[in-house]
Order: sequence, then C-alpha cells, then structure tokens
Amino acid sequence: MFADYSSQELLAIFAMQGFAGLILFSVFVLMALGLAIIFGQMGVINMAHGEFMILGAYVTYMLSNFFEAYLPDLFGIYFFIAMICAFIASGALGLFVEWALIRHLYKRPLDTLLATWGLSLILQQIYRSVFGAREVGVTIPDWMMGSLPLTDMIEVPINGIFVMVLAVSISIAVYLMMFRSSWGKQVRAVVQNRVMAGAVGINTEWTDRLTFGIGCGVAGVAGSAFTMIGSTGPTAGQLYIVDTFLVVVFGGAASLLGTIASAFSISQAQSIMEFFLSGSMAKVLTLLTVVGILMIRPQGLFALKLRK
Amino acid sequence: MSDQDFPNGKKDARAAGLSRRSVLLGGTALTASLFAPSFGNAQSFPTAEINTTGLAVTDDTVTIGILHSITGTMAISETGSVQAEKLAIDQINAMGGILGRKIEYIQEDGASDWPTFAEKAKKLLVNDKVASVMGCWTSASRKAVLPVFEQYNGFLYYPTFYEGLEQSPNVIYTGQEATQQIIAGIDWVTKTKGAKSFYLLGSDYIWPRTSNKIARKHIEKLGLKVVGEEYYPLGHTQFNSVINKIRLKKPDVIYAIVVGGSNVAFYKQLKAAGIDMTKEKPLLLTISVTEDEIRGIGGENIEGAYACMKYFQSLQNDNNLAFVKAFKEMWGEDMVIGDVTQAAYLGPWLWKAAVEKAGSFDVDKVRAASPGIELTTAPEGYVKVHENHHLWSKTRVGRAKADGQYEVVFETADLVEPDPFPEGYQ
Repeated sequence: MFADYSSQELLAIFAMQGFAGLILFSVFVLMALGLAIIFGQMGVINMAHGEFMILGAYVTYMLSNFFEAYLPDLFGIYFFIAMICAFIASGALGLFVEWALIRHLYKRPLDTLLATWGLSLILQQIYRSVFGAREVGVTIPDWMMGSLPLTDMIEVPINGIFVMVLAVSISIAVYLMMFRSSWGKQVRAVVQNRVMAGAVGINTEWTDRLTFGIGCGVAGVAGSAFTMIGSTGPTAGQLYIVDTFLVVVFGGAASLLGTIASAFSISQAQSIMEFFLSGSMAKVLTLLTVVGILMIRPQGLFALKLRK
Repeated sequence: MSDQDFPNGKKDARAAGLSRRSVLLGGTALTASLFAPSFGNAQSFPTAEINTTGLAVTDDTVTIGILHSITGTMAISETGSVQAEKLAIDQINAMGGILGRKIEYIQEDGASDWPTFAEKAKKLLVNDKVASVMGCWTSASRKAVLPVFEQYNGFLYYPTFYEGLEQSPNVIYTGQEATQQIIAGIDWVTKTKGAKSFYLLGSDYIWPRTSNKIARKHIEKLGLKVVGEEYYPLGHTQFNSVINKIRLKKPDVIYAIVVGGSNVAFYKQLKAAGIDMTKEKPLLLTISVTEDEIRGIGGENIEGAYACMKYFQSLQNDNNLAFVKAFKEMWGEDMVIGDVTQAAYLGPWLWKAAVEKAGSFDVDKVRAASPGIELTTAPEGYVKVHENHHLWSKTRVGRAKADGQYEVVFETADLVEPDPFPEGYQ
C-alpha cells in the first residue's frame, strides 16, 4: 500500500500517525485516571464515571456561554477557568454521592455496580431535563482549534497537544498526591488495612469521601477537555465508559502505573491497527487481545504485591 | 362548509348514510360532493360509515399515535420529529380537523429501545385503536414495529431518510430512501466540482453500509475511483488515524455518513487536523448531518462541508417560510429544523389527504387512496406519494455556513423517483 508514495510522504504520515497514537494515549489516560483512583483504591465500580465527565463538559458549556455574553475579552482563556470549575463541580457531586450512596455499600462492593449504574441513568435524565435532549455545541477559543504545521507535510492538531499536556500534568499531580502527600499515605493505608488505619487515628470515612471526590473531580476535568474533541450530550458519557474500564482493568486495578502502561499499549495498538485495517476490525482485534491477555493474567498488567 | 353546500343532501345523508344514498339517488349535488368534497362537517360523515373497523373515531374526534423516543440516546434526534408532528396536528385541527373530526393524539415513548417500540406500537394499535401512527426514527425501531403494524393492520408514517430495501403495505415513508439521496449528490459533485476520487466513510450499521454500497456502485459506473471505504463502531470518538489515511490517499471527496456522537468528534478532529473544508481540498459531502446535528458539532467546525438531502431550513419558498415561522412560534426562537423534522411534519398532512380522498379512516381504504396523493403545501415544495409508498421529492445540496444553516447550492430540476429496491442490492 505504500509503493506509490515518496519516502518523504511516508515519513510525514508515520510522524502524524505517531502523534495520533499519543493523542489517543492521552485521551485514555485522562478518562481512566479518575476511575483508577476510585476503582483501584476504593474498589468501587463506578458506572457513573462517564456522567461525572459529562458534568464537567456541561460546566464548560455554561462557562463558554457566560464568557461569550459577559466577558468576551477573556474568552481566550476561559477554558482554564472552566476546567477548574469542572473539577469543583464534579468533585462536589462526588462528595455528595459518596455521602448519600456509596458509603453505605462499602461492605458490598458488587452492589456499587448496580447503584452507580442507577445513578448514571438518573444523571442522564437530569442532564436531559436541564440542558435538553440534543447535543450542545461548546465554542472553543480560536487559538485552540486548528493545527500547528511542523513541516510542509506534518501538521499536529493543537487540541491534541493540549490534551497531551493536560494528561501529563494531571498524571503528575495525581502521582504527587498519592505518593508524596499525607492524604496519599492515608489513602494507601486505608486501602491496605482499614481497621489498622482507623486504629492509628486516620479518619477513614473522610479519606474515602475525599478519594471519591477527587476521582470524580479528575473525571470532570477530563470531560471538560473532551469538549474539544467529542460531543456533549446527556448520554455522551456512555461513549467513554467501556474504554475507561478496559484501560483500568487491563492495567491492574490498584496500580496507577499500570493504568498508564495499559492506556499506552491499548492506544498504540488501536491506532496502528486502525491505520492498516478498517476501524471496526481494529476495535475487534484490540478487544480480543485484551481479553486474551486478561485470561492469562487476570490481575492485569501491574498488580500490587500484597501479603495476603 | 355550511348547509348550502349540501342543498338537498345533508339531512338525507345523515339519515341513510352518504355513500349508499348517493348511489341510490345519483343526484347531481351529492355526486358532486363525493367527487369534489370539502371536509368541514362531521355530520356529513357518520362515524359508522367512515370507521367500519372499530378505530378510535368518535363523532367529533379521531385519535392517532405518536411513537418516538423522548428518553434515551435517540431523544437527541427524535425530539424534532415529535415537535413537527404536533405542529402539523395543531394546524390541521385549527383548519377544522379531518372529516370534521379533531385529531387527538396519544404519545408513547419508545425510550431508544427497540423492543419497547414494538410493545408500545402494539399498545397503540390494540388498546387505543389509533387510526394511524406517526413514529420511529432509526431503522432498527422501524424493523421492530413492522411485524406489529402488519399483524394488526396499523398505518405508520415514518419520517427518516433511510437505506431503502423495504416496502410495507402498512408504512408510508416520508423521508428519502437511499438512491434518492445519494445519486443526485454524487452526480452534482462530479459535474460541478470535477471530483474524480472518493473516500467513503461511515458508522458501522446498515444505513451507512447500504448507502455506501449504492454510492460505490454509482461512482464506479461513472468511471471514477473509490480510494477507500471505512466503517467505525457507533459511538467511536477517535478519528485521527482515519484522518491520516485520508491525507495519504488524497481523495477529491470525503463521503461521510457518520452519525450520533461520533459525528461531533469526527468534524471537530477534522478541523483540528488542519483540513479546512472551505478550501474544498478535499471536499466533504455528507448525507447524515442536518441542521439539528450541526447544533452539536458547532457551525464553525463544519463550515464549507456539503450535505445532500431533500430539505434545508433555509429553503426560500412561501410554504417553508410559513412553516419555519410557525415552528419557531410553537417551540421557541432558537429551534432549528432538519430534513427529518420536515419529513415528520408531512406525515399528518399526507394522512389527512389520504383519509379525505378515501372518505374513510379505515386503514385499507386509506392505503388504497395513498398512492398519488399530492401535497402542494409541503415546506420542501411539491411532493407526491409513489405506488411504492415512498415520496417523489427533489434532492438538494447545501453548503454549511458558520451560523449552522445551509446555503442551498443545487436542486434537481425534477422530482426524483423513489426506488427502494435498486438492482443488485437485494
């Protein structure tokens, strides 16, 4: 299939394809980080993860309208404010949901699946009633659209670079919080031994609530960023949920590094196969490979070594 | 309509029934009233005469069903159809209804779930005995209700442009079938834009696949080249790889039939990848993006793309100006009207015309009366029901503008004949 092209063209295409893979990787990391915190650290199967993301997207939508109408001078930078607000809104909803729903179910982890699935339906219908059933269009500042021509042939989408930078910074932030802050220590202590953690004076309830809230907040930021590349509608969260769980489970539920490694391998495999095969076939092959590997290695790519 | 229209017939008709009486009498006034009827007076059409099969018709009302998804994924698309149908019903009632009877409707929610559609269709036909149903949007929902409509002899007006390959005695298809929508568009892009090569792209289900099959056959018949054909799962949100492939193949035309949330992702990423559609290199031609979808995509992300369908909100004719005005008055200034919404609006009007031609609500008589029904008041212009239950309609090409509307750049000179079973696709 490459016989007709000059080596220069091929080089350009491979470079752009490499970027496409990296962008997909960043998207996967953003989607999965919030869930990795909640599912990985707390064992809560949060089926409403996509809806927390979409809340972030709707916050962005509202702010884009607000800035367009009242502060047009600042429109160029509204997106950063929107991401912060998305974090706060989704995080606050997360805290509330943990208090009202999740904390009653810690002893029955499988029931969280059903409860959060119900929650996702409720949230979808709320979005539909408030914002309407149709998708909404989020206006993105001009400087974030379009592409950056690196050479005559190679063009890199700016929003892709933005998503990549965001994915890296959030990963670093989550890493610092989990492994370099006292909150992170407490979370890990609670995960490893809840009773003992309580005995040494850690407020386990509050730790749980904060963990859930931060996980949801990160989902909100992801949703806000995805208004650049995807749709914003009441059910748009459903588009992400399968890939998100795939990444987290494949990576090994309790490992942040695993999540990143799995996002990288799945995204590269998928984007390379999409290039050489048809789209649907690429998806089928990716899923088959993941299922195959999980059959051999049910704990995922990386698993925490725990003394049991 | 007043008593003078039936100078000697009104009382008789009420006493003995219009049709039998007219046959017996053969009086000129009555015969004239049969052949050139005007329908404002329920008394001239006794319920027992015009409803012999136990439908929900009373002396002053007739009940029909509206069956769309107002919850779930498809609510995005189907809301517009519901609004258009309710507007049409309101307008018909304001004109005095059908055969002197006001239309009442029972609305059921298919909830984007195909078995639910079938269940609700059965409820409408069996429990509510509705005289006709305006409904369905996806092909999957139509296929789910089809056996129900055929078993209980209901009558469905289906608004969506779709893949064809179907012709049920119990359905009138008010949207275009695939050949109507596709062939004129490809001819246009070949002739006026000199396109030589095409890249076909679609979501992975029956409508895009069948449509691309028809498109490919036509493109090859014209001696042109298809340089790529691709399908992505519904809900796919990452199109960077395929965009790279398109760059590599350098087609003249990207022929895109992407739907739903994928649509938004596709156009945003296309724009972000630096493919400026206003430069038309490559040119993008779609049959799946109406004004409704542009609201989600954002006009600035799709500016310059071409769409090929039968209706655009920007059509400048008196029917359409009135329709757009009425629609916005009823549902709000910020509403947009897409192809399917307009097709849904035709449903109640076509049914009204068929019932009046038949002089009866009976499904069998309405069916027999349907072919040949003409509508000169359609927003899209003149339409006519074909023997095969689809509509003769014009096909148009519009160019997307940044404000989310299309500018009509081409329209077929004549009505395009519906051909739901093109050769070689059965």
